[in-house]
Amino acid sequence: MRGWRGAAALPAGAAAVLALAVAAALAQGGGEAPAAEPVRAIPDPQSGLEFTTPETRAIQEDDFQNPAFLWVEEGEQAWNHPEGAAGKSCASCHGNAAESMRGVRARYPAYDAKKGRVVTLEQRVNICREEHMGAPPLRIDSRPLNAMTAFIGLQSRGMPVQVDISGPARPFFDAGERFYNTRRGQLDMRCGSCHEDNYGRYLRADLLSQGMSNGFPTYRLKEQRVISLQFRLQGCVNDVRGEAPPMGGEEFTNLEFYLAWRAQGLPVETPSVRR
Amino acid sequence: MAAPIGQPRVRLPAQVRAGEVIEIRTLISHAMETGQRRDQQGNVIPRDIIKRFVARFEGEQVFAMDLAPAISANPYIAFPFKAEKPGTFEFTWTNDAGEERKATAELKLA
Repeated sequence: MRGWRGAAALPAGAAAVLALAVAAALAQGGGEAPAAEPVRAIPDPQSGLEFTTPETRAIQEDDFQNPAFLWVEEGEQAWNHPEGAAGKSCASCHGNAAESMRGVRARYPAYDAKKGRVVTLEQRVNICREEHMGAPPLRIDSRPLNAMTAFIGLQSRGMPVQVDISGPARPFFDAGERFYNTRRGQLDMRCGSCHEDNYGRYLRADLLSQGMSNGFPTYRLKEQRVISLQFRLQGCVNDVRGEAPPMGGEEFTNLEFYLAWRAQGLPVETPSVRR
Repeated sequence: MAAPIGQPRVRLPAQVRAGEVIEIRTLISHAMETGQRRDQQGNVIPRDIIKRFVARFEGEQVFAMDLAPAISANPYIAFPFKAEKPGTFEFTWTNDAGEERKATAELKLA
């Protein structure tokens, strides 16, 4: 957010005082008083599709040519395939995905009251597998899990991203925002250094996007496979020569939650195609 | 060890008139491992690509293509075809190990 850059420019002492003031405000809040409504640095976000080449766009806009649909088909088969000790498939409980999963990708990540934290779509699939199917969880960013989230995500295609950051979800959102705005790596960059301050400009041969997450999971031409958002986030942190936290961990899950809010209003493009 | 050839997808236009030139489109799931890459231990990952694609219409070869290691994973192949009569297409993808994967599609004329 714009305000953060201002804070970073303050002398160290002033920043410390500011940090104390923020901490005090948090302590007083105690969860009762509604937290101030966050303001987006990019009020009218643009999808990553706007930053791709015409050739890449052509692949995404043709469902036959889009190789991600190989994953979607695998996900659809898995949806109807019983697995685990309970002998159930996804369809045993959720029936027709076109109806039951419509809108799910648009509102995830979401706060889970039972878990007491925000969970991603990937984690939700694994919770279902472990608790209802008696099946082992799928490895984050593995082909079967990406196939399932691509299939589920497709059911929300075209619907606007809309996540709920209110109430108990708010601390997780705030943690995600902090991660987003923390400079990291040997290059000492925050996410916004590229995706807010310099989008639309070239970083060598790469046209920088706004880093909107509405197309994930996405078929990435570089990887020649469908990738999850958190795999891409690891790439981003590695690119600034930082040490990436693990996929599926708390930091990236909160960040993914924050990113979904940044992209709010953009249509779900799952499964998109990107460079 | 060659990985099994994945699921093929084939699409023909639905409404075709006799004499019309149509586009036949195919896509197949395959890693197209180049043989140039190394794994984390430094060992060369052996080459494993689809090296040949053949399309037959009513048993007669109408399109064929040799593929090379530089072709991306999940190769998409499309070619034009002049539809004269209804019939059956048979598509064959062959990998380095000589294993084949086949798909068929019916051409119907309006």
